[in-house]
Order: sequence, then C-alpha cells, then structure tokens
Amino acid sequence: MRPFAFVLLLPLLMFGASSAFAQLDPAPSETSITISPEIEARARALGRTLRCVVCQNQSIEESDAELAADMRTLVREALSSGSTEAEVTALMRDRYGDYVLLKPPVQGNTLVLWFAPLIAIFLGLVWFISLKRKRQSIPVEALSDEERERLEALRQS
Amino acid sequence: MIAEAGHIALILAFVVALLQGTIPLIGAQMNHGRAMALAERAALAQASLLLVSFALLTTVFLRSDFSVLLAAQHSHTMKPLLYKISGVWANHEGSMLLWVVILGVYGAMVPLFGKSLPLSLKARALAVQGLLGAGFIGFVLFTSNPFERLDPIPLDGMGLNPLLQDPGLAIHPPLLYIGYVGFSLAFSFAVAALIEGRVDAVWARWLRPWVLLAWSFLTLGITIGSVWAYYELGWGGWWMWDPVENVSFMPWLAGTALLHSILSLQQRHSLANWTVLLAISTFSLSMIGTFVVRSGVLVSVHAFAVDPARGVVILALLLFYTGAALALYAVRANTLQRRAQLNLVSREGGLVVNNLVLVIATATVFLGTFYPLFVEATTGEKISVGPPYFDAVFAPMMIALIAVMAIAPMLKWREDSLARYRSVLIKVAAFSAVVAVLTYFLGKSVLGALSFGFAAWLTAGTIASVHRRTGFTWSRLRAQPAGTWGFVLAHLSVAIFTVGVTAMSIGAKDDVARLAQGDSLDVAGYTFTLRGTEQGARDNFQYLAGTVDVTKEGRQVASLVTQRRYYPVREMFTSEAGFKLSPGAMLFAAIGEGGNDEGVIIRAYYQPGVLWIWIGALLMSLAGFISMADQRLRLPKRDQVSPIVAVPAE
Repeated sequence: MRPFAFVLLLPLLMFGASSAFAQLDPAPSETSITISPEIEARARALGRTLRCVVCQNQSIEESDAELAADMRTLVREALSSGSTEAEVTALMRDRYGDYVLLKPPVQGNTLVLWFAPLIAIFLGLVWFISLKRKRQSIPVEALSDEERERLEALRQS
Repeated sequence: MIAEAGHIALILAFVVALLQGTIPLIGAQMNHGRAMALAERAALAQASLLLVSFALLTTVFLRSDFSVLLAAQHSHTMKPLLYKISGVWANHEGSMLLWVVILGVYGAMVPLFGKSLPLSLKARALAVQGLLGAGFIGFVLFTSNPFERLDPIPLDGMGLNPLLQDPGLAIHPPLLYIGYVGFSLAFSFAVAALIEGRVDAVWARWLRPWVLLAWSFLTLGITIGSVWAYYELGWGGWWMWDPVENVSFMPWLAGTALLHSILSLQQRHSLANWTVLLAISTFSLSMIGTFVVRSGVLVSVHAFAVDPARGVVILALLLFYTGAALALYAVRANTLQRRAQLNLVSREGGLVVNNLVLVIATATVFLGTFYPLFVEATTGEKISVGPPYFDAVFAPMMIALIAVMAIAPMLKWREDSLARYRSVLIKVAAFSAVVAVLTYFLGKSVLGALSFGFAAWLTAGTIASVHRRTGFTWSRLRAQPAGTWGFVLAHLSVAIFTVGVTAMSIGAKDDVARLAQGDSLDVAGYTFTLRGTEQGARDNFQYLAGTVDVTKEGRQVASLVTQRRYYPVREMFTSEAGFKLSPGAMLFAAIGEGGNDEGVIIRAYYQPGVLWIWIGALLMSLAGFISMADQRLRLPKRDQVSPIVAVPAE
C-alpha cells in the first residue's frame, strides 16, 4: 500500500480485509549476493519502475512482499552479471507481462493513454491561436444595461 | 435511546431534503413565492437535523456505547478523547454521515449569506442541493446506517485503527470533505443557472468565495494527508500518483481551473458557459473522489463485488447527478449568453490558457487512473500506469502553466499587447536565466536548472505584476484589494512548491540496512549511527524505540528517535519516524522489525526541500482564504446601499 493512498483507503480497509496491514511492516531489501554501491543505485532506480505484481500500486523497491524481495534479487543479479537496464526490463516483462511495467510501453493498447494528452494539448493550442484571427475589438462593457439595472435594483431593494 | 434519536433525526433530514428538492423547484417554475421561500427554511432545517444526528453519533462514541455496532467496531474505552471523537468519521458509515452533514451545512449557507440573491435562483439552487442531500442521506440510511444496534453488547470495543490515532489524521477527513463538498454549491448554482438560462456577475460574485473556501480546504486536506503519510508510514514519499491520491487531486485541479474561470466571469462576463461546465465537473470529480474510493473499484475490479449494494448505489447516484447535470447543460448551455470577445493577449486570454492546461491535466490524471481498468475490462490485458507515466506527462504541462502564470496577471483585461511588456519580460527572463545557470553549476542537473529557472520566472513575474499595479508606493500597495494579495501569495507559493519538489526529486538519497548497536549507514555525506534501542509501553501501545545519531564530518547534527509501536487491541504495528526538520533538508530515520540480538532494520533518508513542498501547499491554501476577504466579492446587503465597486480599470 502506498503511503498517502493509505490515508484515503483506510476506512475501506477497516471494514474490508485487515490483512492488508501486514504490508505496512517495512523490511529491507536483503539479498544474499554482495553488490557494489553503483549496481545497488542502478538497481534501485530501475526497481522503482517495476511493479510488485502481487501488491497494490507499489514498486518492488517499496514493497515488503516476498515476491518483491525475489524480484529485487533478480534485478540485482541481472545487473551484476552485466545486463543493461533495458535488458533487465525486457527480462521482467517476459516473466511477468506488461503489468510489471509502471511506465506502460507505447503499443496498441496504450496509444490512447500516451497520445490523448498530446493531442488534447495540440488541439487546445490550435484553438487558442485561432482566436487571434477572429480578433476584432468590439468594445464590451463589464455589465450590460439590463444587468446594471438589476444590480441597481438589488442594491436598493 | 441516543442512537435511535440520531437515526430519527437522519430520517427526518431525508424527508426534509426530499421536500427541499422538489417543492421549491416546482414553485420556481410556477413563480409561486411561498413555495420558493420554503427552500430556505428547509435548508436550515435539514442542516440542523443533520447536525443533531451527527452530534448524537458523537455522543455514542464519547459514552463508549458499544450496543451500537459502529462504536463497538471502531472505538474502545481506553482510547484518548480526541480519538473517540475522530473515531466517528474514521470508518465508512460515520464518514458518509459527515459527508452529508457538511453537504447540509453548505446548503444552509445559502439562506444565511445569500439574502440578496434573486429568489428564484436561490430556490432552484437550494432544490438541487436538496436533491443531492436526499440521494446521499438515502444512501447512508439504506446501505450504511451508522446507528445500527448490536446484540449481544460486547464488553469493550475493537478500538480505532492505530494508524488513525494521530492528530493529523483526526482532522484530515473533515478538511478533505469540507473541500470536496464545498464544490456542491458551485454545482447547485450551475444547475440552477442552467434552468434559469442566465449566469451573471452577481452569480459569479456570490459563488466565488465558496469556491475559494472549498478549494482552500481541499488544499489543506490533501497537504495534511501527505504530511501524515510522510511521517507515519516512514517511506519518505510525499506523493505517489496512487489511484486513490489521484482521485483527490482531480477535483483540486478542476477546482483550480474553476476559481480562475469564475474570476473572468465575475470581472468580464466571459467564459460563462465554460464556468458552468467546470462547476458541474468539479463537483462530479469530488463525488468520484469520495465515492469511487469507497466502492473499491479502484483497488481492483473484483473488490467491487465485496459489497455490491453500496458500490452499485454509489455508482448509480454518481451517474444520475453527473449525467442529469451534463444532459441539462447540453440542452440549455446555449441559453447562457455569450457576449464578451476573447483576445489572445489579455488577462482573459491568460485565464483561458490556465483553464486549458488545468483541464487537460485533470483529464490526463483521470485517463491514467482509470486506463488500466478500462483496458482490463475491454481486452482482459493487464497493464500498470505508475509514477513514471504521470511524471513524464504531467511535468511538461506544469511547466507550460508556470510559463503563462508569470505573465498573464500583468496583462489588462479585454485586450493588451505583449510589446508593452518587452522591457519587463526581458528583465524577468534574464533573472530566470541567471538562476538556471547558477543551479546548473551548483547542482549539475539539467532538469533541476530548468525547473529552478521556471520557479524564478514565476517569482519575478509575480513581483513585476505587483510593481505594475502599485509602483511599490505605500498608498497604492495598501489600496490593493485582498484578491491581489491572494493571487500574489498563491502564485509565489507555486514557485516555492516547485523548488521543493525539484530539490526533493533530484537530491533525495536513502539507504536501508539491519543495524546492530553502534553500526552506521552513510547517506549523502551524513552518517546515521544506531546509538541504542529501548522497549517499553505507554497508553494503549507498546513500543520499540531506536535512537539514531546523525553526524556530518564528525560533527553531531541530530539525534533522531524513531518508534515502532504495537497496539494489542488491534494486533497491529505502526511506525513513527524520527526526523530533523530544517529549511535545507529533512533527515529522517525509521525503525523496522528486529531486536537487540539480531539488530534492527533502519531506513535512513536525506531529503532536501521537502519542507518547502508543504510550506508551498499551505501557503496556497492561505492565499485562498485571503482572497475570500475581497470586498469585491460581497453582494450589497438588502438594507444598505453601498457604493458600487467598479470593475478595476486594469
């Protein structure tokens, strides 16, 4: 369970599964192999982009689930044996599917996800800039006469 | 008897809400004065009944009356007073009751503060507010009754979840709800305006303080949740782009857009149509924020089935209110007059860009949050959308927003030309460039330099627009309306917030290890040494405490005490992080499981700038309250003729 999410979810959890609290207990990423600080740093950065597939919205670096610990070990072993970040990511994806990637890959079923915001911004810009063409300074008053009367009436009523 | 009385008050409130939702609406259609006037009395009665109901439920908790199921499940005789009270809303039924109480109280604000509003507008808005009330009070009564009795009566309650036994969390839900529900007034007045077929400056003027109030409380609520999660859960994260966080962020973004567009409506009578749509959307997102979380749909598609009655009713209510309002909008939006011309370079132009970016940002958060559900439901494929996605998509939008934020407040309403600002903009840009270059050489980070540069751009731009308005002369500074200071503070706090977020995301370091007494961890030049551990018991928990000395280059910087608590009543562990606050960076240590023999797990963090994230957010909230004081937002009282406040020439 992610920190802040937890706050908002608490009432739900309280009448639901209390076993979720077991996850609260922090445990370190203890691995049996010895790894250099440089590999560890890379592993952490990479680990934050990989989802613990049995958890709710946690990366493997944050999760205390057993599977997450296994996945952390896997990442560290692969990086130690000389794999690049891309290779490790591919390995994890082979094993656990797209679900493991916190940054969804650009592919058929994520086209909307990735491009809709871009298209929206583009269309918004086009619309906004097109305003300029319609530009003709018509003097506009803040209040119409009718509104002014209404306001006047309100003040005096 | 107390529980039954509370239950009856709630039933009565339901009936009153039904009346309030129907009779004044018909009355307004038929122009029947007494039927319309009923709305105000009904609103006051409904609010009073709801408050009584809530007070009685609180009494049940205070008296530890465990014959009431809710108290038995969520309270305990040994709990401190504060948590007996906060226990009322720290559960599903109680928090739903709190939600409808706040809804009712906002409704009562209309007769109390809107004396000079047109009668029919008031009647219609209150009727909509009443319909909202009826729906959600009905939901509480029929699916989540907080007054349900329990038999046999247990000897003691099950206690409040220890995680909630914290002052921050005691006040977090009410603040959040005051925020969410505050937008109900915007919704009701928007729907009323659609029925009336007119939106005007009076409408905007009356509504804006309430939008500001709701927005400020929402900001406060989200911030306090973030602070709490940071120190209580001990992961050192302040925002995680979790779906449950996202649904609270969406109404905030939409609300921010709303309070800007309503400004344009109030001052220039432009964006009327758009403002109405935003008002409807913002409250719809607030309802999603509250209830989709409740329905469990976000946690997993399958959790939805855990309590189908609640989930289905919630979704039905959401669809009904949002759908009906949007349908009405589709039919009636063209009746709202559209008159003001919109120019690219003008104050309104800037507000339009603001709204464009904020609305697209809201839609993006919505898309990212619900996309995995959508994909799974349609294709059965499982994907994840996590922080890396949001960071990648969101950051450029915020940069674009900041770029415009610095300039737009300088511009005149209606029409302006950027050429007039050339010299000012060159100075502001030069300052930003200097800051960016300095940041790059000191911090060696391109992203950091870019981000600090934009923060400088916003700061300098904001100060420049104060200069344009006042020339920094004392008399003109003093003559500025509260709204000006609200805007200045809000925009400056966005700069502060940006600096905090940037420093945190670039400079944060952490490490974790199992430490025996005397062992140490090195993080970002600081040495965290475990001096010792201690076990003991207090109030309603037992604890394992660790003292961690932090030194830098041999000099003692801090001594952090962190606890891991065990609550026997709930058989739960919580952690209390130890931290040293300083303006520069947070030093933070959290203790995990372990003992004297095998050593304890210590997580150590160095996090620069994190304090400024919250200071920025709190100042934003304060800025909202300051803007509310603006006299231009007051409607003239019925019995007093005040000089009309002209729209400022600028």
